Amino acid sequence: MNNQQADTAPRRAIDVINAGMDRRKRSEKRFQLLGKLSIALAIGFLAMLLGSIVSKGYGAFQQTYVKLDVHLDAAKIDAENLNKGNYSGVIKEGLRNMFPDVSGRREKRKLYSLVSQSAAYQLQAKVIEEPGLIGQAISIWVPADDEVDVFFKGHINRDIAEEDRRIKDNQIRWIDHFIEQNRIEKRFNTTFFNAGDSRNPESAGIWGAVVGSFYTLLVTLLLSFPVGVASAIYLEEFAPKNKFIDFIEVNINNLAAVPSIIFGLLGLAIFINFFGLPRSASFVGGLVLTLMTLPTIIISSRAALKSVPPSIKQAALGVGASPMQAIFYHVLPLAMPGILTGTILGMAQALGESAPLLMIGMVAFIVDIPAGIFDPSTVLPVQIFLWADSPERAFLERTSGAIMVLLGFLVLMNMVAVILRKQFERRW
Amino acid sequence: MNVEQETGQKEMELNPAQTKEAMDLQSKTPKVDRENRETVGDVRVDDPRMRCTDINVHYGDKHAIKGLNLDVGKKEILSMIGPSGCGKSTFLRCLNRMNDTIDSCRVTGTIEMDGVDINGKSIDVVPLRASVGMVFQKPNPFPKSIRENILFGPRIHGLATDKDDLEEIVVNSLKKAGLWDEVKDRLDQPGTGLSGGQQQRLCIARTIAVEPEIILMDEPCSALDPISTAAIEELMLELSESYSICIVTHSMQQAARVSNRTAYFHLGDLIEVGTTDQVFNAPLHQLTEDYITGRFG
Repeated sequence: MNNQQADTAPRRAIDVINAGMDRRKRSEKRFQLLGKLSIALAIGFLAMLLGSIVSKGYGAFQQTYVKLDVHLDAAKIDAENLNKGNYSGVIKEGLRNMFPDVSGRREKRKLYSLVSQSAAYQLQAKVIEEPGLIGQAISIWVPADDEVDVFFKGHINRDIAEEDRRIKDNQIRWIDHFIEQNRIEKRFNTTFFNAGDSRNPESAGIWGAVVGSFYTLLVTLLLSFPVGVASAIYLEEFAPKNKFIDFIEVNINNLAAVPSIIFGLLGLAIFINFFGLPRSASFVGGLVLTLMTLPTIIISSRAALKSVPPSIKQAALGVGASPMQAIFYHVLPLAMPGILTGTILGMAQALGESAPLLMIGMVAFIVDIPAGIFDPSTVLPVQIFLWADSPERAFLERTSGAIMVLLGFLVLMNMVAVILRKQFERRW
Repeated sequence: MNVEQETGQKEMELNPAQTKEAMDLQSKTPKVDRENRETVGDVRVDDPRMRCTDINVHYGDKHAIKGLNLDVGKKEILSMIGPSGCGKSTFLRCLNRMNDTIDSCRVTGTIEMDGVDINGKSIDVVPLRASVGMVFQKPNPFPKSIRENILFGPRIHGLATDKDDLEEIVVNSLKKAGLWDEVKDRLDQPGTGLSGGQQQRLCIARTIAVEPEIILMDEPCSALDPISTAAIEELMLELSESYSICIVTHSMQQAARVSNRTAYFHLGDLIEVGTTDQVFNAPLHQLTEDYITGRFG
């Protein structure tokens, strides 16, 4: 070494540093470029996903309605017993009057299938509201059948061969007749937001799944938040440091990585088969999701508690606070933003979970809106799964529509998390 | 500003005389040998507020304090000096059982206060800590308003429930801590918004709000500037009229300025105890002399 230095002219450190600067700057640039590229890639994928969902799903928020002239014949509808009237007969008569040349059973059935089966119920509701209408001729807007809806929205090409499309030539003729007379239009699809599930796409809504999700998450929150935070406080602040507590900690961390369907199997075996709780109930769903969310909440709460400066706790103990007072007055409020963020992220995860709920029967076809936590119900992700499985073309856009609603709820929950964190944040 | 000048002058007067006298004494009196770790000086006082006997502290395998005996007198300021890691903070934390919060820490021996061994298993640390208050090295106000900082202690102990009484506690504590004039218009603003020195005085006000009988201070000025330090030293002298104060400090000048008695610690041993004048001017132990004359530490 010494010899080498003696041979060459004395080298200054700054020259060596300058010589290496170009290389350093290049690698710096390269690294930044890589970062930008990966962000662009991520945004690209996200845009693709959202674009595909929105382009397929926006149609679900509109439904095609047709206007019919019907005669509320007193012979068909008994003014004394409005629940028993032959309302579908009235609707069919209205259709036959519009197209008097239609004859034959098959033709007539095709004609009747232009309007939804729910049209009769809507007519009935209108008559019950205004019994004075009986005996009069009225015009009423009723939902079109899902095939007509899909055709009117332009998803069925009329140029392809008749046998290859769901809407036949004569139906297209009738629909064109409706269009000529301005008797067909798209309206905002309120049914989609306030009805339960249905076999008919035009009558199917997500409200049942939203309510089911709400009850399920309510049970999950009420159970997992107190249990999770209490466990975290005990483990972080009170638990003795020994092998047993270490063992518990390792297990909690492992539970966070257990596939969610395992929790579903556990729920099926214990809550339903052993304790005999009802199937498909959001209560059981909430219990299963609680098991799944607890590790997330415990881990994030412990991290939040750990990040509170120990000097705060010491100060409280120093004026004679009991450990519990020190924690509840000072440590916990400071840890709250972190705890709430963790909880809401856990809840968001639970909201999007479907696999464990399949195991406990929440995948059943449930038409009624659940009225309580023990009623059979389904949840948004499972509803999406069910609709995605249905063959009708109209369910395709409803699937995407439901995904949009689910994503909306997730964004909302994350926003609440951000707002709460801002609200509770304090400097020290 | 008066405070600063006063203490500044005092320091200047004290130091040359001190070292000169110490030099004189050094040549005359034979010192206790460096290897001898028996405590020299008078560890006992008449009518003590606290009497510690045979205190041993272990952190796991580490023997942090070895067989210590020491009294804390009434209405005196006892300062503890010594190099880092000598056990002076550990000893201070024994006096209000703050060492209980450290898992690996074991404290043996007796600490008598009013005839009761406060180191006993059956002692409830909550009332103990209320009567033996503590001020920490780093100012640690709660991230709440100044008023809430003061009132936390009185509230949890139920010292006052009436709104007027609580307000009186706030005013009195802040006045005693010499902070009242600076913060009287902003009691509802966060205590963390004050300057470092003000925060430390707020912590002292918070401590005296629960009317303790002894105040422990663990290097209370080490994070503060000289002006704030002077204010707090002035405050300590005032408080010593009603409380016993134990202070751990790294500043020998501070110990010389404020304390009545001084204890010198070295690697877990209490080496020397005596009146501050005696310890600084005529130390009996060679290690004490080495430290105060700046030969190490």
